[in-house]
Amino acid sequence: MAEIPEYAVWLIFLLPVFSFAFISFVIRPFFNKKAELAGYLTIACIATSLLFALWTLYSVLQTHEHQLDFHAHEWLVVGSHQISLGIMVDSLTAIMLLVVSFCSLMIQIYSQGYMHGDPGYCRYYAAMSLFTASMLGLVMAGNLIQLYVFWELVGLCSYLLIGFWFHRPSAAAAAKKAFLVTRLGDFGLLAGLLYLYFKTGTVDIGELHTMAIAGGIAASTLTLAAIGIFAGAVGKSAQFPLHVWLPDAMEGPTPVSALIHSSTMVTAGVFLVARTFPIFVGSETALTVVACIGGFTAIFAASMALVATDIKRVLAYCTVSQLGYMMLGLGAAGLVLAEEGHATLELAKVATAVGIFHLFTHAFSKALLFLGSGSVNHATGTFDMRLMGGLRKHMPWTYLTFLVGSICIAGVWPLACFWSKDEILVKAFELSDARVILFYLGLITAFMTAFYMFRAVFMTFHGEYRGGASAAGHGHGSHGHGDVHLHESPPVMIAPMLLLFCLAIGAGLVNVTGWFDRFFGGHHVVGWDHLVRIFTASENNNVALISSIVALAAIGLAYAIYKAKRISAESMGRTFRPLYTVFYRKYWMDELYERIFVVRVLLNGLFRVFQAFDTYIVDGLVNGVAGGTVMAGRLIRNAETGRLQTYALVMFAGILIIIGLVYWLT
Amino acid sequence: MNYHLLIPEMCLAGTAIAVILLDLVIARKGILQMASIAALIAAIVVSAALWGKADPDIFNGLLRADQFAIFFKVLFSGAAILVLLTTKDYVSKIARFQGEYYALILLSVVGMMLMAASRDLITIYVSLELTSISLYALVGFLKDPKSSEAGLKYLLLGAVASAILLYGMALIFGITGETRLAEIAAAVPAGRIWDNPLLLLGVMFMIGGFGFKIATVPFQMWVPDVYEGAPTTVTAYLSVASKAAGFAVILRVFLEAFGGDILPDWAMIFAVLGAISMTVGNVIAISQTNVKRMLGYSSIAQAGYLMVGLAAATRVDGANDPVLFGPTGLVFFLGCYALANLGAFIAIIAITNKTKSDAIDDFAGMGSRAPVISLALTLCLISLTGVPPTAGFLAKLYLFNAAVHHDLVWMVIVGVINSAISAYYYLRVVKMTWFGTPASAEGVPSSLALRLALAVACAGVLALFFYPSPLLDVARDAAQSVAGAVLP
Repeated sequence: MAEIPEYAVWLIFLLPVFSFAFISFVIRPFFNKKAELAGYLTIACIATSLLFALWTLYSVLQTHEHQLDFHAHEWLVVGSHQISLGIMVDSLTAIMLLVVSFCSLMIQIYSQGYMHGDPGYCRYYAAMSLFTASMLGLVMAGNLIQLYVFWELVGLCSYLLIGFWFHRPSAAAAAKKAFLVTRLGDFGLLAGLLYLYFKTGTVDIGELHTMAIAGGIAASTLTLAAIGIFAGAVGKSAQFPLHVWLPDAMEGPTPVSALIHSSTMVTAGVFLVARTFPIFVGSETALTVVACIGGFTAIFAASMALVATDIKRVLAYCTVSQLGYMMLGLGAAGLVLAEEGHATLELAKVATAVGIFHLFTHAFSKALLFLGSGSVNHATGTFDMRLMGGLRKHMPWTYLTFLVGSICIAGVWPLACFWSKDEILVKAFELSDARVILFYLGLITAFMTAFYMFRAVFMTFHGEYRGGASAAGHGHGSHGHGDVHLHESPPVMIAPMLLLFCLAIGAGLVNVTGWFDRFFGGHHVVGWDHLVRIFTASENNNVALISSIVALAAIGLAYAIYKAKRISAESMGRTFRPLYTVFYRKYWMDELYERIFVVRVLLNGLFRVFQAFDTYIVDGLVNGVAGGTVMAGRLIRNAETGRLQTYALVMFAGILIIIGLVYWLT
Repeated sequence: MNYHLLIPEMCLAGTAIAVILLDLVIARKGILQMASIAALIAAIVVSAALWGKADPDIFNGLLRADQFAIFFKVLFSGAAILVLLTTKDYVSKIARFQGEYYALILLSVVGMMLMAASRDLITIYVSLELTSISLYALVGFLKDPKSSEAGLKYLLLGAVASAILLYGMALIFGITGETRLAEIAAAVPAGRIWDNPLLLLGVMFMIGGFGFKIATVPFQMWVPDVYEGAPTTVTAYLSVASKAAGFAVILRVFLEAFGGDILPDWAMIFAVLGAISMTVGNVIAISQTNVKRMLGYSSIAQAGYLMVGLAAATRVDGANDPVLFGPTGLVFFLGCYALANLGAFIAIIAITNKTKSDAIDDFAGMGSRAPVISLALTLCLISLTGVPPTAGFLAKLYLFNAAVHHDLVWMVIVGVINSAISAYYYLRVVKMTWFGTPASAEGVPSSLALRLALAVACAGVLALFFYPSPLLDVARDAAQSVAGAVLP
């Protein structure tokens, strides 16, 4: 097979754009009765994108540097500023293209069942197409301006899809919250990008990589730019302290949560850091910030997942926590690299493999888990785990896939996330001085993850059925499935889950022999016996063994509490009452933001000042100008008498006045 | 002789005569329209094929088919095609004289093509008159009181402007003893413009004569009356092709004949007139209630933006010499403006044909009655405002950037404030279209040809934003071919 031509790579992005445009401008206005066309079109387009993404991956593999050289196209030259459009296809892009198009395809197929009969069916697929297009455009952007445009577009799609059921006040509020909170981070990102541009004069990502590694950019510039970029990543990837929007974002349809808020868009922050990693490598401060925020977010979010009762919220906190893991992986790998003191572009790229590998394995298993929660909701009409139980018998396929997804996220050998999590912990363990504490945070997080995932499994699928939505008296989270009867979901929903299920089991194997690292430029080769020897390998410092024991212990504890009921959950709750309250109230972060920050500082403080400024100065100015303009318009309009003599007179007078002015002024 | 360089003009003139004659015998007038469009397409193809050929002089340099002329030939023909495509929807009003209508459009295109190619004051004047007389007839074509009044006004004021222009040309001839632009350039007395009162008078009179064509203040008074009275298709054509022809001839004459010491002086006059035009056009447009009058004032304001390109034509010394920014930007802007303005007019033709009213209030709720046409209208108006993702944004960006490079920051400030003002009245139409209450639920019918024309205009408006470099390259070559001799 030949190397992929450039237009085919563009098509990966353009096909979903086409399906978005076609649905919005043709199907919705003219064929709204045949809404199912929208679903088929989206699936066909994304499936083709996936094929092209696979071809891209193949082509990247064939090249020596694992990078395809496409020249940027000049878009606009204004003076000395040149703005170009281009795509950058290296190993990172190839992997991301694959993850995004594959997960998107699975979820679009699943949505055929989940969204069936929804009045907003066309709108749903239009937004999903636009999202997929923007996300694909984001990962192949060749320069920072392009990247920023797509970055905002995915944010917009997230807003539209969280608020998909906009008639629900909670959904509308969640959409607004997500948009505003991520904007805070985006502001930092924009500032960082502009600062970088003014200091370097280029926005081309490849050029910036070379400059940053060659020392062409001052260390202080790198630090500031990296912190700004990371601020954007914190917002988008829901890291502490901007994590508050993600749990609320679960108000959107479940397939949206699966695609946008677990496997793809929220990982855009991790991708961004990886994409600009050479800039981070130049600044130890920035790397430390990344690692610390990541490590802290991991444990912080995990603690709240321990007590959440809504199955989607458990998964949401789990996502935040795993994203923290990815950040920790990137930061730790960068720090280890910086300590060794000979960072090259190649080594920097290899270092990102640690974080991206976790992104890769996590995407499949988390999408799977979300689809499972959607399937459960499809049957019970609720997301509240306290109202579930015993679903194992009624939904065997959902149970099987959910269980394996949980084992995978818990980090049990030999499933996908075990391998990626192990690498992150190994890197964290190699950190010098006090930063090694991040390793212990990671280890505790691993314990918590295994615990809350199995808590969810036991509460949902084991024991006796506790009545679902009808027990709660209202259909929280359901969307019109009025009569609830337990049943397995239709095959169109189960089939994509099974495909993801296979990847959740097998995706980790790609790095057993170090293939994934080598794809990113590494050279380390190990044999397949590493599959087992990982528990004894010396360079591993027994991290794999320890983390496996921790995970198994947590599963055992969850079993004892929620399945065997050896330990009463209530008495545990009483014993750790203060801690439970803190976790359950989410550390009062929402209250802090909403009551203190928004109300006291903004509404009653800053905004009052702005409002006064606006009312008296800006409005005064605008009204004055507008009033003056309208007045002037009326006055001059009077000169348009429609009389020819006047018109001719004005022409002559005009010429004479200009001649007079030229003389008078000189 | 390079007669083949004249094929586009000859082809159109021949078709025009044939159309008039055939009109007497052919009952199905659609054939005449097809023939006219075919001739225009042929003119575009031939012109494009002549792009960049060596030795572009015709008649010993009286005319010149250089890239500059070719760009404008394609622009005029393209505008005429779009206008003719929409005529079918307007045809009921001009049913009796269709043949003349098509012929007059073709003849005016010939006149404009010759205007862009002429390098001699006499041919410039003659071709300008050919254009003008065709247009006078077209403006009064409806023969109803409004249209007749507009035609008469246009004729009388045009005659005055023509006289002013001729007077200016005579003065220039008197000073230099030449009518060829290149020779005038050599004979223009050294020194600034105010050192020689006759030169100032001559140049100023020529600005007056050409200013009438491009509709700049203070030669713009005819615009609203004529735009309102003329058939809407002709208004669209006037606002784009006639204005572009005026700018073509100004660039040609002023850069080739007056590119010497006096260049900064006339550039400053254009700068001031441009700033006033923008402001006057935009400010009065706000209080308009008739959409054709509003677009008339808008076209005065657009002429003001375009004059930034003339003001920024001054020679700039320096290593990284951006000397052609102004003319390049002007040519690029004309391309974008032509698409957006024609698109807006085409959409308006479709809508007003149904409502039989030009009042802005009668656009209320069109978004639900004719979603596609309303969307196109919105896009074109956004482009005229200069907001991304449309060609109009890049065009303004490019022109304003040229101004910055020529130390005309004040013009940029005036221009940006004016863009903000213009958003008010452009978006008012958009708001009315989408959020107004529709008077009825009836749809708006339109012919396939009109929809095709609208699609072409809108596609251009969008495409030039995402991929402007082809037109920018063309504009650069065109500007270089006319200004390169003066400004190396």
